[in-house]
Parts: sequence; C-alpha cells; structure tokens
Amino acid sequence: MSKLIPVPDELSQPFWDAVNERKLIVQNCDSCNKLQYPPKPACELCGSNSLSWKETSGKGHILSFFVVYDGRYQVRIPDQPYNVAVVTLDDDPGINFYSNLAGTPVKEVPVGAAVEVTFEEVAPGQLIHEWKLV
Amino acid sequence: MSVTQNAPASIYRTKEDLGVWEHRGKVAVVGIGHSPTFRRWDERLETSVGYLTIQAIQKALEDAGVKPEEVDGVVSSPKGMGEGWAPRPIPEDFANTYKPTDGDPNDGLDGASADWIVNNVPGLDNVSFTMHGPACISNALVVAAQAVGDGLAKTCLVVRGTGNIGGRYGQYGAAAADQASGASQWTNPWGWQLIPQIAFGFDQYCRKYGSNHDKMAPFILNQRRNGSMFPEGFYYQNRPEDLQITTEDYVSARWICKPMNLYDCDLPIQTAWAYLITTADRAKDMKQKPVYILNHCSQRGVVRSLVETLEETEAFTDSIAKKVYQGSGLTASELDICNPYDGFTLFTQYYLEGLKWHGVKRGEAHDFWAGDIRVEGPHPFSSSGGNNGNGRTRTWNQTDTMQQLQGRAGLRQVTIRAETGLAGAFTPGVSDWMVYGISPD
Repeated sequence: MSKLIPVPDELSQPFWDAVNERKLIVQNCDSCNKLQYPPKPACELCGSNSLSWKETSGKGHILSFFVVYDGRYQVRIPDQPYNVAVVTLDDDPGINFYSNLAGTPVKEVPVGAAVEVTFEEVAPGQLIHEWKLV
Repeated sequence: MSVTQNAPASIYRTKEDLGVWEHRGKVAVVGIGHSPTFRRWDERLETSVGYLTIQAIQKALEDAGVKPEEVDGVVSSPKGMGEGWAPRPIPEDFANTYKPTDGDPNDGLDGASADWIVNNVPGLDNVSFTMHGPACISNALVVAAQAVGDGLAKTCLVVRGTGNIGGRYGQYGAAAADQASGASQWTNPWGWQLIPQIAFGFDQYCRKYGSNHDKMAPFILNQRRNGSMFPEGFYYQNRPEDLQITTEDYVSARWICKPMNLYDCDLPIQTAWAYLITTADRAKDMKQKPVYILNHCSQRGVVRSLVETLEETEAFTDSIAKKVYQGSGLTASELDICNPYDGFTLFTQYYLEGLKWHGVKRGEAHDFWAGDIRVEGPHPFSSSGGNNGNGRTRTWNQTDTMQQLQGRAGLRQVTIRAETGLAGAFTPGVSDWMVYGISPD
C-alpha cells in the first residue's frame, strides 16, 4: 500500500520529527490546557498562541469508518477498496486521527474497539502515525 | 490577477443573537438568468464559461427589464468547481473575443471574476462596485444583499459560472501528487478527501439514530423527480432519462465511499447563472414580482480536531437555524419553502433537522422523507431537486426558492403556501444562507 508522503513545514516539523522517532505528540495549550491536533499557530479553543508539544499515550478507540472505493488520490487507486477509520485519542476524545487500520479486513472495522498507535514508513526516513487493534 | 477583492469578514452575519437583519425587506431579487447547461466543455467559444456567463447575465437583466447601463454593482463567485484550463493553449476564438484578466489565463474559462465580467459583458459601463463572494453563489448572494443594503450598489448582478473539462473530475493537482503538503499532510496520506468525511458523518448519524443508507432512497428519488420539472437544469435539458431511477437502482448503485454511493453525488457540469438584486424601492418598478430578502447569515464553524464529528455538525446546523430565524424574524412554522443544499445528499438531513422545518427533529429526517415530500404534497422539501436533480452548481435551490415565491416554478410550483423561503449552501460547517419573502414587511 503506497501512501502520499507528508511534507513537513515549519509548524509541523517537530511533529514529524517525533513521528520519525516513533512518538505521537500533539500540541497542548499552555493557557487552557487543552490538546490540539492537527497543529495550528494558535489554540482553536481559547486563541492563545502559547502552545507546547506533549507526548500522548498513543491509545485510542475507533469512532467510525468508511470504505473508499473510487477515490481521487491516484497513488491510492491500486489499494481500493480500503478502510479509513476515525480514531479518537483516549487522552482527550475530542482529538481524532485517520487510520487505514492495516491488517483489518475491508469493511470489517470494529467500531468502538481499542487501538494503539503504530508507525509506518511511507518513504525512506519518513514515518507516518497509524493505528492498530489492541 | 483580478483586482476585485473577496468580501471582508465583516460583511457576513456569522454570529448568533445579532437580532433582525438591519436591511430586512429593503433589498430584493428582481432577475434570474441561467445559461444552457452542458456536461463538459467542448472547447467551442459558444460553450465556454465566459460565453455562458454573458448569456446568463443578459437573461437576468432581461428578466428584470433592466439595461446593462443601469447596473452599478457586480458580485461574482469567481471560480467554478472544475479544473482550470490553463496551461493548455487558450482557444484562438476565445482569446480573440474576450479581454483577458492579467495574470489569470483561466478567467472566463473556469469561472468569471467580477473584473472579467465588467470587461466583457456589453453595456456594463457604469459599474462602480465589485466584490467577490468565493466558492458558492450563496456566498455571493449574501455579499450582494449586504452591499445593496449598505448602499454600496443600487442595482447589482450576482454571478457564477462553472466549467467541466475532460478527464476524471478532481484527479489533478494534489490528487495526482505523491506528496501531501499544507493542510493535506494531515489527511491525504490516509486517503482522506471531502467525500469520506461526509460519509463518516453519515455513518455516525445512522449509528446514533438507528437509520441506514437505504432510507435515503425516497429523498434521492424525489430530488430527481423535482429535477425532471426544472427546465433550466442539466438533466431536464440533456439527460432526462437519467432521472428515472428506482429505489432498487439507488440501493444497488456502486459505492464511491461506503456509505456514499454514486447517486449520492452530484454531476459536474458546464454552465453559468446570474441574479439581479436591487433596493426594494427600485424593485417595485421592475418586470418581475420582487423577492424580498428578509435575512442573510453564514456559518463558519470551527472543528476541534481533524475530523468534523456528528456532534459538531449538529451544533453547526443548530446555529444556522438560530441565525436564519433570528435574523428574519420568522419561526420554523412560518418558513414555507425549505431548500437547503444537497451536494452531497448525505448531509442534507442535518439542515432539515436543525431548521425543524415541518416539525422534523434530530434523527427524524429519514422517516420524514418516507412520507409525502412531493412538490404537490403537504411537505415539499427541497422543491428545487438540488444538485442531485439538476447538476453541480449549488444554485438550483436559490433559483427555485425565488421562483416559488414568484409563483413561476411551473410544474414544481408547490401547493402549500409559498410566501417565505430559505436557500443556502454548502457544508454544515461553512455555508451561507438567504431568507426570502413575498412581502418586505
């Protein structure tokens, strides 16, 4: 399964550096103490621009899923159909991520099941965060 | 590039509790114009977005009985929804006919900016106000309504065209890349796109309320039935047979992104359309019965994390409903025509339930659709047929609402009272809404 390769920018570089060290970090607002993902220049909840990085537990649950049969991304067309699950973070269920849930049969995603973060190499030296059933 | 700027944030009524719109009933729609529709651009001048845009504008002016010289404002939604034509060579007859926009070779081919319109529509010699309402005609209508109310223009065109060139729709640019940068670095590696997000919300909805995809069928079939009665629409003009689908056709159609199938998606087309807005005082002297603007409002929802959840979607549509009713002074029972957006169909229930139109509450939309929602029935929901019944423009709901209130919706004319109406688009999180009435009071 080939995937599009993320291109870090100034804001996201620390995140992807951590992923490449097999750590899942998200922003934490120093003002309202809420987590934030994806990273943004300021806190979406309180507007503070004082944000730091915080390592997560890497634990989550599957909220829902869909199955892509006829998508737009050309590099993913050979993989169709494939699962895209939405995973909520146990540290704060308001934070969510996408996952292709490698190893889970297409259409057989157990909604509500516990998952944990894993990492997948999409290019030499570039990992992305993924999730797998516990 | 076009020198016209996007409307400032201050023009949009995005907050709740703003009270009744200060220009309620003082601004009116007086003209509607649609060009012919095509599936794709065949590279002829006569089917270019620019040519169609001029046709639509001329029809809207003729509809109102207004000369182009009387127009002093143009608000455009400057880009369509399809792929741009450049850097392909611009066809010679197009290049020889129209004045280009500096720095934007696609202007007039994938949409039409206000600058392109002023430079190329014959007779628009007295335009002193231009502004852009990007991404959706509902956005442009909101901008024009506020601008005319504020006195920035007295007689204002509101315009959009959209192009559809050959090739697989959407499979270009970032979709054809092997890298994901900017916002897409958080989504594209996992195969995300807009469509799956909507399918995800629908999956959550069905789990929460005990529904399923098959229960969309009555709505889809009715949308296409309404489209079969919309002479300006793509299917009516080009493929009426495509509207004749059955429940079995719908539930057995191939998946695009399960739980979204082929018939939940709208068909990209090539066309243009225009409306004319003016002050209520001037509207009285024009050819058509004025459609008074009772309110406009907008939703600019902030999603907490990566994916908009059902709870957020419902909160967004609750907020839309609150602003619709607060700003217009209407109640749900006083809203006659209800034309929320349907492209994609899987989010239409959120609007209906948020608005509580005909008493529909959260989780009840699918059962409501199983009742009588035909235009001749007691609950003529989405009387336009929307994008699903007419092709991708995001405008049929606006045109239909105006025509219903004017009593000129033809075979689609509802039999219930049609004195007020609502239309808007596009997503629950980001959308713009217009409320209309037959009376300024």
